[in-house]
Amino acid sequence: MTYLTKPTLHHPTLVKNKAGYTRRDYEGKVSTLCAGCGHDSISAAFIQACWELDIQPHRVAKLSGIGCSSKTPDYFLGNSHGFNTVHGRMPSVLTGANLANRELIYLGVSGDGDSASIGIGQFAHVMRRGVNMTYIVENNGVYGLTKGQFSATADQGSKSKKGVANTDSPVDMVALALQLGATYVGRSFSGDKRQLVPLIKGALAHQGAAFLDVVSPCVAFNNHAGSTKSYDYVREHNEAVSRIDFITTRSEITVDYPEGEVVEVAQHDGSTLRLRKLHPEYDPTNRISAMNYIQEHHAKGEVVTGLLYVDPQPEDLHTHLNTAEMPFNRMGKKELCPGSAMLERINASLR
Amino acid sequence: MKPTDIGNPAYFHKVVDCQWACPAHTPVPEYIRLIAQGRYSDAYMINWESNVFPGVLGRTCDRPCEPACRRGRVEEENAEKPEPVAICRLKRVAADYKDDVSARMPKVPSKKNGKRIACVGAGPASLTVARDLAPLGYDITVFDGEKKAGGFIRSQIPKFRLPESVIDEECGYILDLGVNFVAGQHIDSLKDLLTQGFDAIFVGSGAPRGRDLDIPGRKEAAKNIHIGIDWLSSVSFGHIDKIGKRVIVLGGGNTAMDCCRSSRRLGGDDVKVVVRSGFDEMKASPWEKEDAMHEGIPILNFHVPKAFLHTDGKLSGMTFEVVKAEYDSKGRRSLVPSGQPDVTLECDDVLVAVGQENSFPWIERDVGLEFDKWGLPVVDQVTMQSTVKNVFFGGDAAFGPKNIIWAVAHGHEAAVSIDKFCQSEDVAVRPPPMVRMLSQKMGIHEWSYDNGVANDSRYKVPLKDINLALKNIKVEVELGFDPQLAWKEAQRCLNCDAQTVFADAKCIECDACVDICPMDCITFTLNGEEDELRKRLSAPATNKSQDLYVSGTLKTSRVMVKDEDMCLHCGLCAERCPTGAWDMQKYFMQTAKAGPACRPKNPTPARRAA
Repeated sequence: MTYLTKPTLHHPTLVKNKAGYTRRDYEGKVSTLCAGCGHDSISAAFIQACWELDIQPHRVAKLSGIGCSSKTPDYFLGNSHGFNTVHGRMPSVLTGANLANRELIYLGVSGDGDSASIGIGQFAHVMRRGVNMTYIVENNGVYGLTKGQFSATADQGSKSKKGVANTDSPVDMVALALQLGATYVGRSFSGDKRQLVPLIKGALAHQGAAFLDVVSPCVAFNNHAGSTKSYDYVREHNEAVSRIDFITTRSEITVDYPEGEVVEVAQHDGSTLRLRKLHPEYDPTNRISAMNYIQEHHAKGEVVTGLLYVDPQPEDLHTHLNTAEMPFNRMGKKELCPGSAMLERINASLR
Repeated sequence: MKPTDIGNPAYFHKVVDCQWACPAHTPVPEYIRLIAQGRYSDAYMINWESNVFPGVLGRTCDRPCEPACRRGRVEEENAEKPEPVAICRLKRVAADYKDDVSARMPKVPSKKNGKRIACVGAGPASLTVARDLAPLGYDITVFDGEKKAGGFIRSQIPKFRLPESVIDEECGYILDLGVNFVAGQHIDSLKDLLTQGFDAIFVGSGAPRGRDLDIPGRKEAAKNIHIGIDWLSSVSFGHIDKIGKRVIVLGGGNTAMDCCRSSRRLGGDDVKVVVRSGFDEMKASPWEKEDAMHEGIPILNFHVPKAFLHTDGKLSGMTFEVVKAEYDSKGRRSLVPSGQPDVTLECDDVLVAVGQENSFPWIERDVGLEFDKWGLPVVDQVTMQSTVKNVFFGGDAAFGPKNIIWAVAHGHEAAVSIDKFCQSEDVAVRPPPMVRMLSQKMGIHEWSYDNGVANDSRYKVPLKDINLALKNIKVEVELGFDPQLAWKEAQRCLNCDAQTVFADAKCIECDACVDICPMDCITFTLNGEEDELRKRLSAPATNKSQDLYVSGTLKTSRVMVKDEDMCLHCGLCAERCPTGAWDMQKYFMQTAKAGPACRPKNPTPARRAA
């Protein structure tokens, strides 16, 4: 933890993006997490991604639950909207906010406890419904705030700091998200920003339920030999299926890749995801083969990372419900409260 | 790139830009912190050890440290006008607010070591030699033509910039070390001095001759044309107390600035500085130019003196040719006629301050002392030894006119050489500096230095009301910082001596330091050649005068690269490091001074016999 405020002086070559901000303008308060926490790197990746996408900070809403990970929205995007919900209940508050105003960019920031234990029910339904958001689980496999008990994502057989092996089966958040219908699913590692930043950018631009499982080592309680969520373990067992570039407008491929090595996924909003395959047989647009692939590699003890599945034509909750496009905060009293005559009509139509 | 050798004292020394740029290598951040703590006497003594004349230099130093100061670089794009820390004027604060330090001065041994040293001239170089050698038991005799010690410090610098009391005090500390000061005795023969049985002779006689300007009218109007440095010393000693109403000062150096400002105080209402070069290329320090202009003195540039005008043997004015600067393909400048008509300026007096020269009429050319083609003695750049083995030079006498802080630096080196020479050691073998590295960690997020970074802009030194200042040539213009202002200014110092020290083996590559660094100094990347590496860091490292700190290869086969250029030394990398791979360590370096420490323990018998 740091008491000192980060100095406002910045490097003279720091550049402003199209929105008129430097990267430093996307920062938040100084982090109170333990030194070396993977979560701080994820915050830095969000800062970088939002800066690169020229996002206006006031068009972003950050929602989180309870836990180390859920504290982090305080440490980035200090000029965006934020909401700390009850433990595990972030998905429903996010869904409500999204229904009220679909024009904001929604960030759901959660951890393995918040999403895989107390909030697993809410997690399942927000994915099912296809809420347009970027849902991130900062996954360290332990309850850091209560001194390092195994969480529901800890691998069977992995060891605690005191050397006790975990006997329970893990919840695989990526497998759950795929099965429940998320339309953009990726996994990454807090220690690899080259992979993480483009993944976040792709997720922010994705017009549907985007889910990212980011392994984020807990330096205080889960970074020892025997842990499967430590810096060393993830680095040794990391299997990236592809390198991802996020391109805001469609542009020519300037580098020559051998046939079949590059997959371009055009997104709804005109942006492009360009994937350079590292596993040639992997098809990121096939949900079922993706699920199989991940399970096979997980059985071998590998951590498969990268963009694992993307649906180029996603549908979101608003499409499903055919809701009004205008956010509630711009509607007048007449539209929001059409009166008792209208209520009568609706009731009559349901009789 | 190879891993950086932080065991080399020069590596971290270079990071402390101010100390590196200072000829005497004064530990600047160390004394600035002491000033901030109100420990003025301690701050003064650190200065005194290193630069001998803190009170004098705190008012008059050429401040090579300030253009080098990192603060000026990091304020680019962050502040309206990037400016260094006011290092020089903070030094004065230490001198102004210290307690009586006489008890802290070195003790002179009652038993002398039997070696006798002569110093020619009582300027800063000679006095430094005396200061360094007297406490070791040497018998020092300082000769000077004037009544009081100080040399150019006393004769050239106007009293409105440097009060006499400061000179008396700081020369006094040295003369009180049992130094024999022979006042009023001008040395006029080196040959003679060599026969007087001194073991070594130090020549610190300065560059006492002002250059003249040989153009038409010089002889005829001689009565009202004065050589700048001679005129300044006459003013200093009270021989001159007035000048004409209209004065032209020729020249663009600091002497010209002293001449014009002195003229303003001695009756000159219409004082102008006229200089050949462009305003920006003038040799005077920017702040001295500012001070002159603040006193209503215009500076006319690109005017080459053509003739002195006179009527009935009395100076009436000067004509100047107006030129412009042209640069050839190699960037060399030449001044060519601009085609504009010549300019005539009326005046009553002219002060010629177009440079100084060395002058050694008192050194016989047959004593074996070699001179180069410019008439300067051949002196070793490091040892300050001349071709006569027991004669050493320093200050302006050695390599031509420089400044006080260079004279002090020469004095220290010459003292080391003289000490080694008198103890039959090889003067060419130079002692390494004394270096200490000490972790500043006090707790998990607590350091023994104030690591917060102040955003304040440079504070101005309060000045005496200009009307009062111009009335009396002895009234000091600058009032100096008071303790409150000094504290604020001191907080601008980045503590560059609190070094970021990286231990490869402890690093787990969590990126915490990269994420927190406010200046994007740190990168973890694959190694490469320096030029290529500089381009692909978190922020481009374009300032090649600043080093890259490169670690050994880490677990992921990458290296840690830190660009020293923009580091704020805020210590956040170390605070956010979970394993203590980063540590903030105070680098304290003092150059080796004369004394047993500068001599190897066992001098070779052969040298002893010699």
